Amino acid sequence: MFWNRKKAPTTAGTARAGVLNRLLGDRRLGWIGFAVALLAPFVSATNYSLSVMTSAALFVMLAVGLNIVVGYCGLLDLGYAAFFAIGAYASGILATTYGWSLLATVPVVLVAAVLAGIIIGGPTLRLRSDYLAIVTLGFGEIIRITANNLDVTGGPSGIYGIPGLDLFGLDLSDPVAFYYAVVVIVALAVVGAARLGRSRMGRAWRFIREDEDAAEAMGIHTYKLKLAAYIAGAVWGGLAGILFGAQLTAISPQSFTFLWSALILMAVVLGGMGSTPGVVLGAIFVSLLPELLRDAADYRFFVFGVLLIVVMIFRPQGLWPSTASERAPDRRPDPAEKEEAWQAQ
Amino acid sequence: MAGAVSVSPGGAPSTPPDGGPRPLLDVQDLHLDFGGIKAVDGLSFSAYDGDILSVIGPNGAGKTSAFNCITGFYKPTGGTVLIDGEDITGARPSAIAGRGVSRTFQNLRLFGELTVLDNVRAGMHLRIKQSALDALLHTPRFRRSEREATEEANRWLDFVGLRGDRGGPARNLPYGEQRRVEIARALARGPKLLLLDEPAAGLNHSEKMELLDLLRRISALGVALVLIEHDMGLVMQVSQRIVVLNFGKQIADGTPEEVRRDPAVLEAYLGKDEDEPQAGDTEVPHE
Repeated sequence: MFWNRKKAPTTAGTARAGVLNRLLGDRRLGWIGFAVALLAPFVSATNYSLSVMTSAALFVMLAVGLNIVVGYCGLLDLGYAAFFAIGAYASGILATTYGWSLLATVPVVLVAAVLAGIIIGGPTLRLRSDYLAIVTLGFGEIIRITANNLDVTGGPSGIYGIPGLDLFGLDLSDPVAFYYAVVVIVALAVVGAARLGRSRMGRAWRFIREDEDAAEAMGIHTYKLKLAAYIAGAVWGGLAGILFGAQLTAISPQSFTFLWSALILMAVVLGGMGSTPGVVLGAIFVSLLPELLRDAADYRFFVFGVLLIVVMIFRPQGLWPSTASERAPDRRPDPAEKEEAWQAQ
Repeated sequence: MAGAVSVSPGGAPSTPPDGGPRPLLDVQDLHLDFGGIKAVDGLSFSAYDGDILSVIGPNGAGKTSAFNCITGFYKPTGGTVLIDGEDITGARPSAIAGRGVSRTFQNLRLFGELTVLDNVRAGMHLRIKQSALDALLHTPRFRRSEREATEEANRWLDFVGLRGDRGGPARNLPYGEQRRVEIARALARGPKLLLLDEPAAGLNHSEKMELLDLLRRISALGVALVLIEHDMGLVMQVSQRIVVLNFGKQIADGTPEEVRRDPAVLEAYLGKDEDEPQAGDTEVPHE
């Protein structure tokens, strides 16, 4: 299926992206993106634009989290909104019913997300690609329908009156302050996911994505590592859920439909699976474009759909695909010298 | 995940503590049935430290199936596999790899989209000391372990004599170079025992000569080598012992000289066409 398909041999597009990556460097690129996010309210700071930008930032966090599962590890997850819902509901219930501050709910949400990752991932990760996709789709629906039918989650009307973000006595419920708080948290989430992706564990995820049997033959316990990817994705989703509740002050089962899971997955695929700048770009694209197309009125989502198809036709590997390249090692032996060494032996 | 013996390109071979005759790999009465077909039928052989052992036999004789049983990709239906006296029959492939058994695949199984260096780092997975927290915070331990991994990956690539670009995707290398990378990856696992499934397939004459030299240098590291190979010239030159299979059964076990003269081998093996590909002996299953 499409997420497993090997990318076409190096095209002009990927070559250009490679040059871009090298020119900008991951770190400098990150700072530029961060600066753009910080300066955005100076361009427009109406309540509407702040709300759109905050949503976009949250969407980036979700996409980066799903990218760990889909992009790094190659596991197709069609129910990612479930983790988002678990985070939002866990913190929302604690904050409204028990009067906790949102910050205090973070450890609980972390535990809930990890548990959900284990419960959902544990039995399903023995399955491969297509089967896994179907099962995760089912779990996404189970979580939503459960929330719809429980009293503690407020049933179909959900939970309302979720307090704003409050960090150590500093009130961040003002739209501007909240936007900046979200940008900082999301930036940390992006850097964290990217760092995980470049570590021993992140490499193991990619080995599994490329060839599960070969990874296993190298001593990588593929089941445990797939579960780790799933849990990491759940944690990112759960934490984004807290911020989502704080932004909207009310959540209901309608906030966590399959469309959400599909849109987040679309951001990952559109941006370039496994590529941090790509996925961030994809998330911004998917969340902002419908807003920018408001002038098209009734044709808004039609135009949106057409644009997505156009992008996927012309850039099937994503807007900013990940490229495998490392700076050439400096201690490479001279080929001629090596040849002589072979002959001599 | 302990038990991995670290072997470095310049390092001394690991010798068994007692120095006794206990084999490193001991396969006893191995059976593998697929329905009614006996892919492996009562195979027994052993390999010692620094051995170069070849497993030969006509296509479909059960060589790759035997490899897959030893490395955990198939669960044998009977018999035992001992590594250093420890029973690993039916264990997970990653657990067996953790015991110091490394392998290559008949059809190259590199991580094609990843860099050559990353491919070799895969072999070091169990030895790289860093936690997720180290990675998130970029602690000195993280930086050190990454630097060491890169240096070691480069040393292994030097050892196998890779000439191509190490920073680019592995799939961009020519075929012969990809074979070297796969061997480097398997060596980076730090194996006591290395199983090579047709390492010479698809190589030209000069590449085969280089492979011959590489196999001897691997053996000199103290790694026991077991190879499946169809190139008889290479097999006769490099092997200390040869095990011959036919229809899943072992029909001969001896030095190249003995095997060459064995009437059963001549009858079963050398008279047949060895290049004809056959199903059932080629693929590692995708479950």
